[in-house]
Amino acid sequence: MKVDLTVNGKDITADVEDRTLLVHFLRDVADLTATNIGCDTTSCGACTVLLDGESVKSCTVLAAQASGHEVVTLEGLADGAEMHPVQKAFHEQHGLQCGFCTPGMVMAIVSLLKENPHPTEEQVRTGLEGNLCRCTGYHNIVRAALAAAAGETNQ
Amino acid sequence: MSILGTRVIRTEDPRLLTEGGVYVDDLRAPELTGAVRLTFVRSPVGHARIVGIDTSEAMSEPGVIEVLTASDMDDLPPPPPFDPESASGERGPVSMGGPWLEPLLAVGTVRYVGEPVAVVLTDGRYQGEDAADLVSVDYEQLPAVVGPLAALRDESLLFPAGGTNVPLERLRDGFDDAPFAACEVVIEQDIVNQRVACVPLESRGTAAMYTGGKLTVWHSSQNAQLCRLILCGTLGMAPDQIRVVVPDVGGGFGAKIGIDRDAIVVAWAARKTGRALRWAETRSENLVGMTQGRSQHHRVKIGGDRDGHIRAYRLDVIQDTGAYARTGGFLPNMTCGMAPGPYDFPVVQAGFRVAVTNATPIHAYRGAGRPEATAAVERAVDLFANAIGMDPAEVRRRNFIAPDKFPFPTKTGHVYDTGRYADALDKVLDAAGYADLRKEQERRRESGDIKQLGIGVSAYVEITAADAVAGETAKLEVSRDGTATVYTGSSAHGQGHQTSWAMLVQEELGIPMDQVTVIHGDTDQIPDGMGTYSSRSLQLGGSAVRKAAVEVKDEARHQAAQMLEAAEADVTLDVATGRWQVRGDPDTALTWAQVAGHTETGTLMADVRFAMDRPTYPFGAHVAVVEVDTETGKVTLKRHVTVDDAGPVLNPVLVEGQRHGGIAQGAAQALFEEVRYDADANPLTSTLADYAAITATELPSFELVSSETPTDLNPLGVKGVGEAGTVGATPAVQNAVIDAVAHLGVRHIDMPTTPERVWAAIQNGRGQ
Repeated sequence: MKVDLTVNGKDITADVEDRTLLVHFLRDVADLTATNIGCDTTSCGACTVLLDGESVKSCTVLAAQASGHEVVTLEGLADGAEMHPVQKAFHEQHGLQCGFCTPGMVMAIVSLLKENPHPTEEQVRTGLEGNLCRCTGYHNIVRAALAAAAGETNQ
Repeated sequence: MSILGTRVIRTEDPRLLTEGGVYVDDLRAPELTGAVRLTFVRSPVGHARIVGIDTSEAMSEPGVIEVLTASDMDDLPPPPPFDPESASGERGPVSMGGPWLEPLLAVGTVRYVGEPVAVVLTDGRYQGEDAADLVSVDYEQLPAVVGPLAALRDESLLFPAGGTNVPLERLRDGFDDAPFAACEVVIEQDIVNQRVACVPLESRGTAAMYTGGKLTVWHSSQNAQLCRLILCGTLGMAPDQIRVVVPDVGGGFGAKIGIDRDAIVVAWAARKTGRALRWAETRSENLVGMTQGRSQHHRVKIGGDRDGHIRAYRLDVIQDTGAYARTGGFLPNMTCGMAPGPYDFPVVQAGFRVAVTNATPIHAYRGAGRPEATAAVERAVDLFANAIGMDPAEVRRRNFIAPDKFPFPTKTGHVYDTGRYADALDKVLDAAGYADLRKEQERRRESGDIKQLGIGVSAYVEITAADAVAGETAKLEVSRDGTATVYTGSSAHGQGHQTSWAMLVQEELGIPMDQVTVIHGDTDQIPDGMGTYSSRSLQLGGSAVRKAAVEVKDEARHQAAQMLEAAEADVTLDVATGRWQVRGDPDTALTWAQVAGHTETGTLMADVRFAMDRPTYPFGAHVAVVEVDTETGKVTLKRHVTVDDAGPVLNPVLVEGQRHGGIAQGAAQALFEEVRYDADANPLTSTLADYAAITATELPSFELVSSETPTDLNPLGVKGVGEAGTVGATPAVQNAVIDAVAHLGVRHIDMPTTPERVWAAIQNGRGQ
């Protein structure tokens, strides 16, 4: 079937199998490989992207469902060479090690801070329940989210 | 000012944060354009004879290129014979051949759910999953062996030709009850150190192609060179016929050491078919197909006197190795070697049996044998403390190896290099506010609070760079443009080598970090290397980088002396500016570019290996504080405070990150995580919806206390820190849970300390 998505501001039209998942569309059709696949049960959050501004797990959305909508992936977050405050906070707070969960984590936190611009540590932790990280113990990811919320990133 | 010891944020990150890493499945190399997708057909049963395999229906599906089984593997050299000596564990992880052989694709019998039986090659991703379902395998079920205790009974044999389910038994003939008979108090306890899944967020992945007689394999691994070594042996090829490239790796934790049978099959199939292939493992495959960790049953016996002195300790280990003994006796051998921990016990007895079971094979998981040893002895010490009515911290203090006894040869054959165990414990107790915590605990006990407080203490020593003598390589080049390139035999999958290695070069040569490129994980560029495991990277790989830098500096001094027409002794490097000059005469300054340009090749180069005589033994102490809801059994980890002393810290940012990650994984084993099977060897935890991987909501922020005791075994004075968290945290958290309900008559709760288990323990305790 034919789908038509706006991905990181670019219009992408393609013929895909009906069952094509959004994450496979992003990786294989749009050739945007930052969005990773970490599981097959919507448990890990590595594939989190923004769909019309809200975070979704792109392994649980069909490309067809996203047709006509706007998707933002990690690659579309920075403003030119200027990293998004959440990206900066991850860098400064050492919020990533192997980097595999990072794209999903960053997008989840962007969405979280949009909903709740000044969360407590507990609210950040609850908000990240659907995103797994195996390297950081979440400690510095939480720090990064709180630093980004407080505007404490080097400009 | 030295850059070492300062907080340097990672140079790796901007790429990972804006474009994402390039993991195997992200590779867009032109050679892989149009690569064929490989999908495994895996055993759905735990133990069965394969009566027949019918691939015809799958072959007739559109998009299916080939279906391959073990019967197509007629182009492989004979497997190595069984060598009980090398499999005993002392020389490292050696899988067992002979009657215990693990095939690449199942031959005649399947021994665990998830065992690779066939592969399907298709044009598309989804076609592969469809076609794999159509490969018809006729299984005749055999009685399943679930768990190592069942294996010992030998009622159903996984390998009838082996005659038993216990291929290895070591050191148990030294068990002697006499030393315990002389003790005032003796405690015995069975303890299960449960099977856990490693769960790197990136599952396994491989791409391979075979052109012009050369096999190229891209693989998510902790060590490219070991992959190549294994591929050479298995496929019968020479080293120069194989190139292994390790791109970004999404976590390893021991489960990506070397290359598994699944990935070897991908490489073989690429050679067999001449097609470029890709395999990206799904998580549901990963949770049955990737090696898992721990899975030991312990019987501990501890004896001592009422003054707190422990006089004898025994650890009897049964290692469930899963269906195939991929590491021989390596893991339990490590556990037995580290059995006494940081204690000066007069008598230590430790031995093991290795048992095969119908489960996913066991291999290294962050700590690999050491966390198991620490969990056992730290539980045993707590049981002893409880029995004599003494504070568990005090019992530890009375039994530590004294700081003036190093280097300390243990009863189990290790030589601890340096340690200040009582200092580490005192520091962590102080930081945790131990006395106040005990008061709060007492208050809650007296008031009968529903939420009881538990305070868990652990003290540990572990072994890092266990294969220290194997060393690590580094090649350093400074070229005529003044930049430096490091080719390291070590390999990063999140540890931050690019940052650390560049810091070491800047420190020694004054070439700024941003002018230093670090390359790893490509056997064509770095044929000789060991990779990253056993917390070895900085102490071996980092020391090698430093050694190479010192050699380059010596050569540069020689060149600069010629250029400046001065004696070498009068020529110095100003590390702050990266300029060579005649001492006291800045006007003579030469840049690295000028000095490198003066050489015949235009490059200053050193190619070195650094090895240590012996491993290093980092140590520390943890305090965990938990709240246990006595009505529901639910445990909440409130605080976790640690001292992890791995010597001088090169970059606190990275070391803290390593500690955080380890603590979380360690706490996860104590609280939640367990791979479970039913009575027929069917896995019950084969998705991330079922396997309780720990999340942010279940953890507090961690409280880290610094402590730096150098080793004299390498010039940086450093030990490894990657495994500290899993070694120290697991017993601290488990002890905390039990401590919370100890006043209710509870002596022990096995991990994971789920609400069900804790609740049941409280009911049992009250009933006694």
